Amino acid sequence: MTFGVLLLIIVAIAAAGYVLGRQRARNASGGDTRRLHSLTGYHGQSVMLFSAVPALLLLGLWLLLQPMLIENRVAGMIQPGDIPEGGSAELVMSDVRRVADGLDLVVAQGALNESDLAAMRADLTNVRSRLAEVGVAVGSEISPNVFQAAKEYRRLDTRFGTAMTIAVIAVALAGFALSLRRITPEYRARNVSEGFVLTLFIASSLVAILTTFGIVASLLVESVHFFQLYPAKDFFLSLTWNPQFRGGSDLGIWPLLWGTLYVSFVALLFAVPVGLMSAIYLSEYASKRLRSLAKPAIEILAGIPTIVYGLFALVTVGPFLRDYFAQPMGLGSSSSSVMTAGLVMGIMLIPFVSSLSDDIINAVPQSLRDGSYGLGATQSETVRQVILPAALPGIVGAILLAASRAIGETMIVVMGAGAAAKLDINPFEAMTTITVKIVSQLTGDTEFASPETLVAFALGMCLFVFTLGLNIVALYVVRKYREQYE
Amino acid sequence: MTDATANQNPAHGALTTTDARTRRRNAAEARFRLYGQIAIAIGIAALILLLTSVLSNGLSSFRQTFLFLEVTLDEKTLDKSGVRDVEVMKKVTTIGYGKLIEKSLQSAIEEHGITVEGLTDKDVSDMISKEAAALVRNKVLANPDLVGQTVPVKVLANGRIDGYLKGRVTMESAERDSNVSPNQLLLADAMRAEGLLVKSFNWGFITGADASELRPEAAGLGIAIIGSAYMMIVVLFLALPIGVAASIYLEEFAPKNRFTDLIEVNIANLAAVPSIVFGILGLAIFINVAGLPQSAPIVGGLVLTLMTLPTIIISTRAALKAVPPSIRDAALGVGASKMQSIMHHVLPLAMPGILTGTIIGLAQALGETAPLLLIGMVAFVRDFPAAPPEGFFDPAAALPVQVYNWTQRADPAFVERASGAIIVLLIFLLAMNAIAIFLRRKFERRW
Repeated sequence: MTFGVLLLIIVAIAAAGYVLGRQRARNASGGDTRRLHSLTGYHGQSVMLFSAVPALLLLGLWLLLQPMLIENRVAGMIQPGDIPEGGSAELVMSDVRRVADGLDLVVAQGALNESDLAAMRADLTNVRSRLAEVGVAVGSEISPNVFQAAKEYRRLDTRFGTAMTIAVIAVALAGFALSLRRITPEYRARNVSEGFVLTLFIASSLVAILTTFGIVASLLVESVHFFQLYPAKDFFLSLTWNPQFRGGSDLGIWPLLWGTLYVSFVALLFAVPVGLMSAIYLSEYASKRLRSLAKPAIEILAGIPTIVYGLFALVTVGPFLRDYFAQPMGLGSSSSSVMTAGLVMGIMLIPFVSSLSDDIINAVPQSLRDGSYGLGATQSETVRQVILPAALPGIVGAILLAASRAIGETMIVVMGAGAAAKLDINPFEAMTTITVKIVSQLTGDTEFASPETLVAFALGMCLFVFTLGLNIVALYVVRKYREQYE
Repeated sequence: MTDATANQNPAHGALTTTDARTRRRNAAEARFRLYGQIAIAIGIAALILLLTSVLSNGLSSFRQTFLFLEVTLDEKTLDKSGVRDVEVMKKVTTIGYGKLIEKSLQSAIEEHGITVEGLTDKDVSDMISKEAAALVRNKVLANPDLVGQTVPVKVLANGRIDGYLKGRVTMESAERDSNVSPNQLLLADAMRAEGLLVKSFNWGFITGADASELRPEAAGLGIAIIGSAYMMIVVLFLALPIGVAASIYLEEFAPKNRFTDLIEVNIANLAAVPSIVFGILGLAIFINVAGLPQSAPIVGGLVLTLMTLPTIIISTRAALKAVPPSIRDAALGVGASKMQSIMHHVLPLAMPGILTGTIIGLAQALGETAPLLLIGMVAFVRDFPAAPPEGFFDPAAALPVQVYNWTQRADPAFVERASGAIIVLLIFLLAMNAIAIFLRRKFERRW
């Protein structure tokens, strides 16, 4: 039975629960619903919730755990001899999965039936060509053990699938029956179903905590794994980044950290003056009409996805900087450079800096301005000597938030900064960042056993700690500042 | 001012004449104002530059060069048995169909009396896209009765020829290019004059599947659009209920204690976690631990849900906060329970604000790329995913990732495709934001 049908069955049971629950409550009242503690709808609702929610929870949990259980059982069937030279157990397991999927297809197309399949043996028939017929390509020759494992995988998969269907429907029906039986005129169905809904609300708000927990756990576990394979001292202190896929790589974070900070610095150097000045102009000088036009226009920049900025860097800004600045000045001939990524990222950050500063400048009390004008200061003197000092903590907070955005930004640097890990001063040279390397180490066929892949998690950990630190400081500064004038 | 300070500044004259110091101060004022204007001009110029760059590179991808040919679907090559059995006809590969198309192109050239010096047969057949044979084959397999007839077909021209018509390939670049020769371009000119080679709107770009490195002319966005749509469905169905439920609890029920503080801090921080970290989460938890398939929309949808949740929670809470307490008090006063006052009165009144926030969150999620790269959405996918819910588990692409994918390919024709894909993406975003603005204008109430 497919997942969709199962879902439909649960929905049907829940809907029936609602109707029957209401019906039963009405019958229990003997025709006069005023004798009930709760409205009939609440009786229906309580039956519906008790039939659907536990069943859906079980379904979700089962789907999450089933692959792990099956894999554990099947992995035992693979002998060390089945693992080819230079491969790993995980690769063999993915072969097993692919063969099992292929066999499903073979059976589905009617080329074989289940009993033929049970009799089939890898050392007698050519499984690989059978699979190729239905369009499943398997890289290497299938060993008997892998084939047996695949068959076991299929057997367990179908058996678990059936068990899941039965269990989920049983839970739904049990909830249905139990909650239906509880209906009496005195039954406080409203309180029960409201309590149930409130529990669901609380559970939903826990998702945020679970997410943070998931992030920290996944980063920590794999980072620890990485540091077991690669010395932490080298990671944090080495000045070279040179991953080799045959081992013996240098995985020092410094070139990446340097690239990240350099790109972010260039971006902020561009975005902070432009963003801040436009915020000042819009809040202190601009006419209402200009403000109503220019503010949304600048904010559109914030709604544009970063991939668009990435393409802009790659196609327009990169070649422009190379042809008109880098090459004439003899500074390099690469279109992806720190300057390219930095400038484009700066454009992306303009609305971020400007709208945050705009809020902060507007929060400065009018009395400060009036006092300054009363002393004969010009508008620009008021801005520079009164408003900016008063707003400074908030603006520093905004800049820190922008910096954390810049450090965590991925697509612009992937497409604009280049891939060469270098410690260089020349801003027209291609450099790379932490996020670029996370992407490049984790895309494609990855195998979670080599330090070259796992290093991405350690990099992710550094990135997470870094941006989290910046954010906490920034939020603290902004909040502190806000309290000052409230 | 006292006399003492006045004496220090003896040059100070009448207020109507500006002295040096006032002029300096006025100049500083004007300069400051100018800086502000320049800053705004830079911001707006950047926006215009960005959009023109995308539009000028990408608009051409919606039109494509086609060859109009009369192809004789020869029974001897396509269906030797003559029984029109589709299963048997499938044995004829695209090579057989390719030969037929080449033949018809050559005869069309002869018919129109086009002669170009120094062209081999291979040069002529290279004018046709490698994808053309497969298209014709599919057409014939769908309708076997066509065999034996001469049918007019519209086939894609080679990417370089298309590039020539769009100005990307020139005679000079063709001389250096091993994939196209100037003679072929001359032939293309002649064919264009005869109406054999025509540019027209390219539906295949919007509905078709991605194509390999050598066939930029056939690459389409169909799978990417479906993949993105599936992910948005997952995000909508998970993030909206969970986000609204969490906001109602935090805004209306939660007692002020350490536990709810922890949740609040968590949400604020999650909103600022770099998107790539969510990708790592998806890879480690959803794919490695839970064993969900790589490059499936369900995984992308889950990751994007977690990313969108803070946005939705923040805007939902703002919308709930905007409903005046008098509404709650009135409901409680006529005997509603707390849950009833919220579900029956506060929530419906806050709905426009919630929906606006949700749409904006969805728009953000639609453009997100980095986390999807890590969960394998970069894989090359040729098969359309099935209908939901099974389709959620099939491999698919996503719009922004497709853009990234195309920029990583060598042929410059893919840059045009990538910009075109961005235009499609921006149209979707624009539509979503327009709906959000419309909802806000139409239903927003001010108390």
